[in-house]
Amino acid sequence: MSDPISDRARSWIGGWRQVRPSLATGAAAAVVAFVSLALLWLALRLAGFDASLALGALWRGSFGNWYALTSSTFVRATPLVLTGLAVAVAFRAHVWNIGADGQLLIGAAVATAVGLAFGTAPAWVLLPLALVAGAVGGGCWAAIAALLRTRFGVLEVISTIMLNFVAVDLVGYLVRGPLQEPSHAYPQSNPIPAAMHLPMLIPGTRLHWGFVAGATAAVLLWWGMRSTAAGFRVRAIGANADAARVAGRIDVARTTTNVLLLSGALSGLAGAIEVCGVTFALYENISPGYGYTAIAVALLAGLDPLGVLGTGILFGGLEAGALSMQREASVPSVVVTAIEAALVLLLLALSRRGSATSIISRFAGARLPSAEEPS
Amino acid sequence: MIAPAESLALENISRSFGAVRALHGASLVVRDRTVHAVLGENGAGKTTLMRVAFGLVRPDAGTIRVRGRTVTIASPAAAIALGLGMVHQHFSSVPAMTVVENVALGGRGVYRAKHVRARVREVCELVGFELDPDARASDLSVGAQQRLEIVTALARGARTLILDEPTAVLAPREADDLLGMLRRFADTGGTVVLITHKLPEALAVADDVTVLRHGQTVLAQAVGAVDSVRLAQAMIGGAPPIETRHERRAPGAIVVATRALGVRDARGVLRAKDISLEVRAGEIIGIAGVDGAGQHELLLCLAGRLAPSTGHIERPADVGFVPEDRHRDALILDFDVAENLALRGSGAARGRIAWRPIRTCAAALLTEYDVRAPSADTRVGTMSGGNQQKLVLARELESRPPLVIVENPTRGLDIAATAAVHDRLRNARDGGAAVTVYSSDLDEVLGLADRLIVMFDGRAREVPLDRDAAGRAMLGAT
Repeated sequence: MSDPISDRARSWIGGWRQVRPSLATGAAAAVVAFVSLALLWLALRLAGFDASLALGALWRGSFGNWYALTSSTFVRATPLVLTGLAVAVAFRAHVWNIGADGQLLIGAAVATAVGLAFGTAPAWVLLPLALVAGAVGGGCWAAIAALLRTRFGVLEVISTIMLNFVAVDLVGYLVRGPLQEPSHAYPQSNPIPAAMHLPMLIPGTRLHWGFVAGATAAVLLWWGMRSTAAGFRVRAIGANADAARVAGRIDVARTTTNVLLLSGALSGLAGAIEVCGVTFALYENISPGYGYTAIAVALLAGLDPLGVLGTGILFGGLEAGALSMQREASVPSVVVTAIEAALVLLLLALSRRGSATSIISRFAGARLPSAEEPS
Repeated sequence: MIAPAESLALENISRSFGAVRALHGASLVVRDRTVHAVLGENGAGKTTLMRVAFGLVRPDAGTIRVRGRTVTIASPAAAIALGLGMVHQHFSSVPAMTVVENVALGGRGVYRAKHVRARVREVCELVGFELDPDARASDLSVGAQQRLEIVTALARGARTLILDEPTAVLAPREADDLLGMLRRFADTGGTVVLITHKLPEALAVADDVTVLRHGQTVLAQAVGAVDSVRLAQAMIGGAPPIETRHERRAPGAIVVATRALGVRDARGVLRAKDISLEVRAGEIIGIAGVDGAGQHELLLCLAGRLAPSTGHIERPADVGFVPEDRHRDALILDFDVAENLALRGSGAARGRIAWRPIRTCAAALLTEYDVRAPSADTRVGTMSGGNQQKLVLARELESRPPLVIVENPTRGLDIAATAAVHDRLRNARDGGAAVTVYSSDLDEVLGLADRLIVMFDGRAREVPLDRDAAGRAMLGAT
């Protein structure tokens, strides 16, 4: 984009570009995970908790047993993977979609509304219809930001965050108004028809087919970014929008719009899957901030779609384990949020060590020649 | 006569960036009240050496003396405190601020516009500059922006001015004016270090000359004791390459034609006005003009990168376009060679990208265009400027487009790479392409062009291939 506002945004948020997926990043992630767990252990000890019991509970509640892995970790990971992909694909294009959470909420609301409106339709019509409607809903919500960006030069960083709040209030209104259950006692919708429920993937667990959808999306996006012209355009406008436009004759505004639509659709799909696979109704706080955690998920994965599958499962496990840690060792589950943040910060610090000077020179602006660079 | 004392001395300076030894054992001794030219090819280490002097780069080894005292210069602030001032190749003024505000930047204590304005006036008078203290930097011409940089340095008390390729952005007469000013500044007690790669400039204005090659000082003498042949040999370490001569054939059919063309820039300012021109197959049209005379927008429009706001243009769909700023507009530095080749035409591509044939083709192009890169998987950002530019040419010329548009094609390249680029452009012409070349270096335009068009204030005029006539036309004289 040539408009000066977005150029500035690109330069100050553009540092994320430095995070590249690679074996080294994977190794660094492992080291970082170990270090943060060690830190957590230390912090728990200092705070007077039984650290070994707490970490044991964290492990048992996430990856340590089959039921927790399938019914808790993978279920929790599904919306994180889908919104993580939404963020990763957008950030790859230097489109700063911070609105995955709002797009997820709209997707959930639209899917619910469709399900309740066409409740008598057979499952093979209703379920795909609800999922597609959710994706379209999320895409439309992101389209507002795309329109503001391309027509009026409003930074999507701002507009997508703002639209999150609008989406929260909109869902709040829906579950107290048009979509509220008939007794008007609770701020929630009627349960969706059983025909709309996602089938379970493994009998005896709560793991539904949405997880497969998330994994499939990750593989498709990984392939698409590498091997298709559209994916190339996305990477090109992210890596250098000017060269993409001048040398590649790429329509940057159009590509930006498409990326936002795709990103919104992935988030909306996450919302629809959450309704059809987990909650079976629309609630006010259906998302505990999936779309925000998604940013950490995407960054930790180096914006690589296959990596997002891994980090999404990791974060799903952490959040699932946090609950059992709270149950068994009375450790507040929010400490896991601190681990997540520590993971991202540590990894960013590690992966940028070599390029600190180049980032400083980016911040210093294009006009001053960077100090540490041969002439 | 007593020889003037030394003003600035850099001795045995070494500095490496990773595996690259930018400087090893470079020395420069500048006598007080002289103009000292520092010559060298691109990449010889001139700019790095000057950044060492200005505290922007810490040397790995070596000593720095300012007026006889050994010093450590840890930052530009320390350099300024020692009476050094630097005018960078890329200007460092804040576009949104006025001249006075820019000069005041970096000062301490309370900002009093009146005092700074008086200081600006005083400095301008001293060196004979005209500069409106209340004009915004963004509204200044390139020449005036440069004067602002000089005034800023002097207002901060600089007695030794370091200028990095100051004439590269100027029209010939402006350049002469600047050199005259520098001469006067030295004659009235100042000291000037002039970094340049233009020999005539150094010989015309300097008292002493130091030549750097591959990070080392290879020659340091008074100007009177050397001639241009000697200096050129010192710069490139041998005889200069001779560009192949080409027989000119009669031009063919009209490839691009414009009628009363008007082009606005991204901000909506009308930059090119009422331009009617034709370029034929098999000829090179040279375009000259001072920075901002409208040539940039005209070329973008000819290349199909900018829509005309008025008038009419007929041009082929396939255009080879080499933009002026290759890092910004031509290449994606984080992508590898093959991906950068695939960039051309990627806006209209559909479906899958067949990477395997592209990589095979990329490897062949690297050989054909003599691009020194280990393989098609090499990240372009790790390649030298000359090789990057050859890669851009390879990409843009490979499909043998009927129209080739080139802006400053050899900026930042050394003599050998420059000759290679010129050769490619002449080959394209001989192969029947219509070629349009703009360069801010008038001599380069004159050397390449079959016909010359000079831009002034957005208007184009055909001028005979003559240095004086072109120089006058660039400043609007008829």
